[in-house]
Amino acid sequence: MGNEESVVRRTASMEQRVDALQEAFDKRGMKASEAIDELGHLAQEEWIPQNGARVVAKAWVDPAFRKRLLSDGRNAVAELGLSMPRHHRHLVVLENTTTVQNVICCTLCSCTAFTIIGLPPDWYKDLEYRSRVVRESRSVLKEMGLNLSAEVEIRVWDTTADTRYMVLPERPPHTVGWTEEKLAGIVTRDAMIGVARL
Amino acid sequence: MDGIHDTGGRQGFGPVRYTQDATAFHEDWELRANSLYAFAVRCGIFNMDEYRHAIERMDPRHYLAASYYERSITSLATLCVEKGVVSREELERRAQGTFPLAAPSAPGRTNVAARERFQPGDRVRVKLDFVPGHVRMPGYIRGKTGVVVSESPVYPFPDAHAHGVEAQDEPTYDVRFRSEELWPNSADPALVHVGVFQSYLERAV
Repeated sequence: MGNEESVVRRTASMEQRVDALQEAFDKRGMKASEAIDELGHLAQEEWIPQNGARVVAKAWVDPAFRKRLLSDGRNAVAELGLSMPRHHRHLVVLENTTTVQNVICCTLCSCTAFTIIGLPPDWYKDLEYRSRVVRESRSVLKEMGLNLSAEVEIRVWDTTADTRYMVLPERPPHTVGWTEEKLAGIVTRDAMIGVARL
Repeated sequence: MDGIHDTGGRQGFGPVRYTQDATAFHEDWELRANSLYAFAVRCGIFNMDEYRHAIERMDPRHYLAASYYERSITSLATLCVEKGVVSREELERRAQGTFPLAAPSAPGRTNVAARERFQPGDRVRVKLDFVPGHVRMPGYIRGKTGVVVSESPVYPFPDAHAHGVEAQDEPTYDVRFRSEELWPNSADPALVHVGVFQSYLERAV
């Protein structure tokens, strides 16, 4: 009994809030629980950095593919059976050289080419990276373990629209003669974001 | 809106909490939150611009304190309540506690009528627009001048698309700025590329 208005109610936990939404959808016959199993599988097993790694490795060994990739990323990755959400209408591939380091970010939220380079890691979505990388790029990269020499020009790409970006890292010199599959094995998500070199 | 989400260039944040090969998810509910939001998009309950804007409408204190997936769930719940899919009362009854939501939206706007087409190499200025609703112009480029690098395919105009306002799709321009011009004497030298919608730009003389 008592006046409910006077009861201080606690904020529901995150688990409770997620459960509440899921139940509300299910109760309306929307079959959310079935869909989230499938979507969870996509997020963990299908939208993975190994996709982008295959793209990078092919670009390293196949100059014609590299050219197509740099001119029209979305169609080029489709050649490898990779797809992007409908609203990602454009994939721009950014080529690193010995004197250029590209790095991608999203200062307004967390946009990435997630079906290609994998879902963004926690730090990419944190306020530290989002606020600082556009303004203090060289310092931030150094803190993250990438100490670039002064002659390397840094290009930061802020994902403010539905164009998506991925970095094409430089092929390490010691990989001459490697197979495409072996090359794909050394390409990391962080190199495709541009905060690491291979 | 000049919201708390517009983080680019803000000072005071410390080192990036970087670990190699960091994961996207740390707890089961985070993966479920991500899937539920994707499910709602798939069901057509809202579009990506509405989703982003509902995150931007969170109380700034809540936004700063919330984890990434808490922001996602807050946006999802806010839009479901606003669109009549479920009431806040039902959500709070099922959650057995309060369910913080984002604040109501300001009106949106349609495209600028007289939009100019630009070519690579053109110098452009980002207009001094102050937009109460959704906008994809980070504050750090407002009023700044850069060089057009390329033109994208056309996209829904976010300022309208987030608000159910009619508008034409329009391209974005990849505009290259110099960090030293964005933050004079207060930035590491770099080129900063931003995808800027056509309506936000004017030719620089």
